[in-house]
Amino acid sequence: MTDIIVLGLVSAAIYAVAASGLVVTYTTSGIFNFAHGAVAMLSAFVYWQLSSSDAWGLPVPLALVLTLFVFAPGLGWAIDALLMRRLHDAAPITRLVVPIGLLVALISAATIIWPPDTVQASLPFFFEGKNIDVAGVAVTYHQLIVLITAIVVAVGLRVLLYATRIGTAMRAVVDNRDLAALNGVSPDRISGMAWALGCALAGLAGVLIAPILALDQSQLTLLVINAYAAAMVGRLRSLPLTALGALILGLSRETVSYFAEDLPTWISVDTVPALMLFAVLILVPQDKAAVFGQPKDPARVPNPSWPLVIGSGAALVALAYVIPDLVSDKTLSSVGYGLALAIIALSLVPLTGYGGQISLAPLAFAGLGAAIMSTWGSDGNPLVLLAVIAICGVVGALVSLPALRLKGLYLALLTFAFALFVEKAVLPEFNGFTQGVAPVGRLDFFGISTNSDRANLVLLAVAFVLFGFFVTALRKGRVGRQLQAMKTSPAACATLGLDLTALKVQVFALSAAMAGLGGALYGGWRGQVGVEQFALLQGALPGLPLVLLGVVGGIAAVAGALFGGLVLAVAPLIGEYYPVFKDFMLLLPGLAGISLANNPNGAIAQASDSFRAILHKRSKDADPGEEFVEPAGSMAEVMALMIPAPAGLVPEQIAVGASAGATNVGVLDREVGLDWGRCHANS
Amino acid sequence: MPILETQEISVRFGGHMAVNSVDLSVEAGEICGLIGPNGAGKTTTFNVITGLQAPTRGRIRLDGQDITSLSAHKRARSGIARTFQRLELFGSLTVRDNVRTAAELNRTMARPVGDVADELLERVGLTGVDNQRADALSTGSARLLELARALACTPRVLLLDEPASGLDEGETDRFADLLMELARDGLAILIVEHDVPLVMRMCDHLTVLNFGEVLASGTPKEIQKNQAVLDAYLGQDPGAPG
Repeated sequence: MTDIIVLGLVSAAIYAVAASGLVVTYTTSGIFNFAHGAVAMLSAFVYWQLSSSDAWGLPVPLALVLTLFVFAPGLGWAIDALLMRRLHDAAPITRLVVPIGLLVALISAATIIWPPDTVQASLPFFFEGKNIDVAGVAVTYHQLIVLITAIVVAVGLRVLLYATRIGTAMRAVVDNRDLAALNGVSPDRISGMAWALGCALAGLAGVLIAPILALDQSQLTLLVINAYAAAMVGRLRSLPLTALGALILGLSRETVSYFAEDLPTWISVDTVPALMLFAVLILVPQDKAAVFGQPKDPARVPNPSWPLVIGSGAALVALAYVIPDLVSDKTLSSVGYGLALAIIALSLVPLTGYGGQISLAPLAFAGLGAAIMSTWGSDGNPLVLLAVIAICGVVGALVSLPALRLKGLYLALLTFAFALFVEKAVLPEFNGFTQGVAPVGRLDFFGISTNSDRANLVLLAVAFVLFGFFVTALRKGRVGRQLQAMKTSPAACATLGLDLTALKVQVFALSAAMAGLGGALYGGWRGQVGVEQFALLQGALPGLPLVLLGVVGGIAAVAGALFGGLVLAVAPLIGEYYPVFKDFMLLLPGLAGISLANNPNGAIAQASDSFRAILHKRSKDADPGEEFVEPAGSMAEVMALMIPAPAGLVPEQIAVGASAGATNVGVLDREVGLDWGRCHANS
Repeated sequence: MPILETQEISVRFGGHMAVNSVDLSVEAGEICGLIGPNGAGKTTTFNVITGLQAPTRGRIRLDGQDITSLSAHKRARSGIARTFQRLELFGSLTVRDNVRTAAELNRTMARPVGDVADELLERVGLTGVDNQRADALSTGSARLLELARALACTPRVLLLDEPASGLDEGETDRFADLLMELARDGLAILIVEHDVPLVMRMCDHLTVLNFGEVLASGTPKEIQKNQAVLDAYLGQDPGAPG
C-alpha cells in the first residue's frame, strides 16, 4: 500500500508540474496549449542530446540549465511570438487547431531529428541506484527530486502570480488585454514570458518523466497529455485545485495499476486519465461565458451552387473510375485511403462547420464503424451498414448528452477523452484489433460486387459525393440555417423557440453515423484494420491531424473535407517518391494547422475568394469603370499564407513602406495590424 | 388581466443581489418601460422572463399560467419574444435568412416563411439589404433586424432591450411609430431604454429599477414627478424651479 502512495505521489508530482505549465499559459493567453506534451517530449530529447554520452556528452548540470532555462523557455517565447499572439480574436476552432497543429509538427520534427529506427535514446534516473528508506519503502533519489521539484514549483508559482508585479500583470492581461495595455503593461511581453514559463515547466516535466518512461515521441507526449485532466480540476485557472487534480490522477493511476487484475478491462492505467477528464468535464461547472459572450465566429460558410456541386461530384466519380489505369498500386492505395478519410472528415462539416460543435473524435467513430463491419460484415454484407449507422448514431447521441452544456475547449476536451477511451478500451475488445488484423469485407450489393480496386474506389467516390450532396442540401435548407444560428448565438436561438438540445443530439448522431460509415468503407478498402488505424496520435492514420486538415481545407466546406483527406493520405507518398521532400511531407499536416493562424477560413475558401477575385479583375479590365477591391490575395499569396511567417516578421514590425507594394486591402490590413474583428465587435 | 406577470423575482449572483423581489405586469396592447441606471438589473430581469437565467426566487406567469419551470425555447413557443442589448444576430446568415429562421421555428405560421420574412423586413425598413450578411449591418439596422426577427415569432409579449441605441433621430421616430402600431394591434411590449424622451412618449406605464429593486412604478407623468426617481436616475430639469 505504501508503494502505491509513493508511486502515486511521484506521478502526481510530475502531473502537477506539467499541469501548472498548462494553467500558466491558459490564464495569460486564453489559449489551451495542446502542444504542451510535445514541448515536454522535445525538451526531454534535447536534454538527451546534450547530456548523453551517445550524443554531445555535456555535464548534466550544464545540459539541464541549457534545456530548462534556454531551450524550453525560448521555444515558449517563439511559439507565442509567432503564433499565439495572432489568435486573440480568432474563431474558437482556430484557437484549438493551431496548438494541435503545433503538437503534430513538434512530434514530426522530433521524429525527423531523432528517428526511432536509428537513435536508441534513453535517459538515466538522476543519481541512479541511490535511494533512502521511507516507512519501509525504498524511495529513489530520482523520486525524491521529483517530489521536491513539484513543491518548489507550486510555491514558486504562487509567489510569482500573487506577490510580484509580473504576476499581477499576467493576471491583468488575461482579464482584459487592451485595458492592461492602456495601463502600461505590454501584453505581448507578458504573454511571451508566460509562454516561456509554461514551456519551461513542460520541459521540466519531460526531463523528470522520461527516465521513468521510454524516450519515445508519441508515448511521452501522450503521458503529459494526461495532465489535462488535472488541469481541468482547477478549471484551468486555480493552481491549488490543479495540484489536487494531479494528486487524484496520480493516486488513481497507481491504484488501478496495482489492482489491475481485479478490475474490468476498461479501467486501466491507460484509460484512467480519459475517464477522469470525462468525469471532471461533466461535474465541474462551466464558465458562464459558454452561453453568453462567446467570441463571434467570423468564419465563412460557403454556399456552392447545385450545378457546381453536381458537376464536381460527377467529375470525382469519373476520376475514380479512370484512376486505377493511370497510377501505380501504391498511389492507388493512398488515393482510396484519402477518399475514405475525406468521408470521415466530411462528418465534421455539419457538426463543426455549420453547428460550431467541436469534435476531436471523428476517427474514434470511424473505428467503431470499422469494428462493427468487421464483426458482422466481414463477408461484405451491405445491410451491416445499417447497423453501423444505427450504433454509431446512438453512441454519437449518447456522447452529445454530457456535451450539451459544453462549448469550445471544454467540448473539444470531452470528445478528446472519448476518443482516447475508444482507442484504449473499446477497440481492443474487438477481435483482431490489437494485432491490426481485423478483417473487413468489401461490399457486395446483392450480386454487384465492389471487390476490384476500381469498383471499390468508385464506391468510395460515390459515397463521398452522396454525402456531399446531403451535406450541401442540409446547408441550403432549414436545418443548415438552424445549425448556423446555433453556432452564432445559442441565446437568440433559444428565445426564438429552437430546441437546442434536440438539434445538438441530432447533429452529433448524424456526424457519428457518417464517420462510422466512412470507417466501415475504409476498412473495406484496406481489407484489415486495427487500433493503430484509428488512434489519436500514434500510427499511420492519426486522428488529430485528420481534424486539423479538415479545418485547414475549410471546416464548413465539402471540398475542404476532400482536400484534408487526400492531403493526409497522399502527402507521405510524395515524400516516398521524392525523398528530398520526405521530411517536409512529414511536417506538412502540423505546418498546415499552424498556418490557420494566418488563414482562418481554410484553404478552399481562400482559394475560391482568389479565383473570384481573378475573374472579377478580368471583367473589371474589360470594363474599367467599375471599382473592385480583392477580398483575398492572389494564389501565390494564398500559398505564402499556408506557411507561417518567419521569426521576427510579426505584422506590427513590417515597415509601412512595405505596404506600398501590396495589391489588396486584406494584405494591407494584415501588414499594418488592423483588427477588423475587434473593430466590428465594438462598433 | 395582465398577459405577463412576474411575482417577486429575485436573482442572486454569489453575494450580489442583481434583482430583488421585482413585480412587473404587462397587458395586451400596452407598452411598459423598464428604466433605471446601468447595473440596475433590467437585462437580468429580461433574462429571467425569457428563461435564459433561472431566478433564485419568484414566479413568472403568462396568461395566468406559471411558466417559471419552462425552458427558454418553450417560453418562446408560448408567445414571448425578445431582442438583446448586446446584439445577438446570426452573423453568418443573410438578413433575410435571419428572419426566415425565426419564422421557420414558429409552429403557428401558416403562410410561406419567405413571404413573412419579406413583409417584416419591409415593415422595419430593411428591404434593400435583405441579401447582405447580417454581421455587415450597422448597429441601428442590426437592431431593426432583431426586431423583425422577434416579430417573426408572432409573439404576444415582446421584450425589447435598448432597441433605440444606435438609431438616428429619424429612425427613432419611425421606430416609435412602429411600436405604437404594434401595441394597437394588441401586442404587449416591455421595453428597456435609456432614451427618456422616447420612453415618456411611447409608454403607458413605467417601472424604475435601482440596485435590483423597484424604486417606483406608475404612469410616465407620475414617474417624472417622483423625487426618488429624480434623485437616482432622471435628475432635475435645469429649467425647473427649485
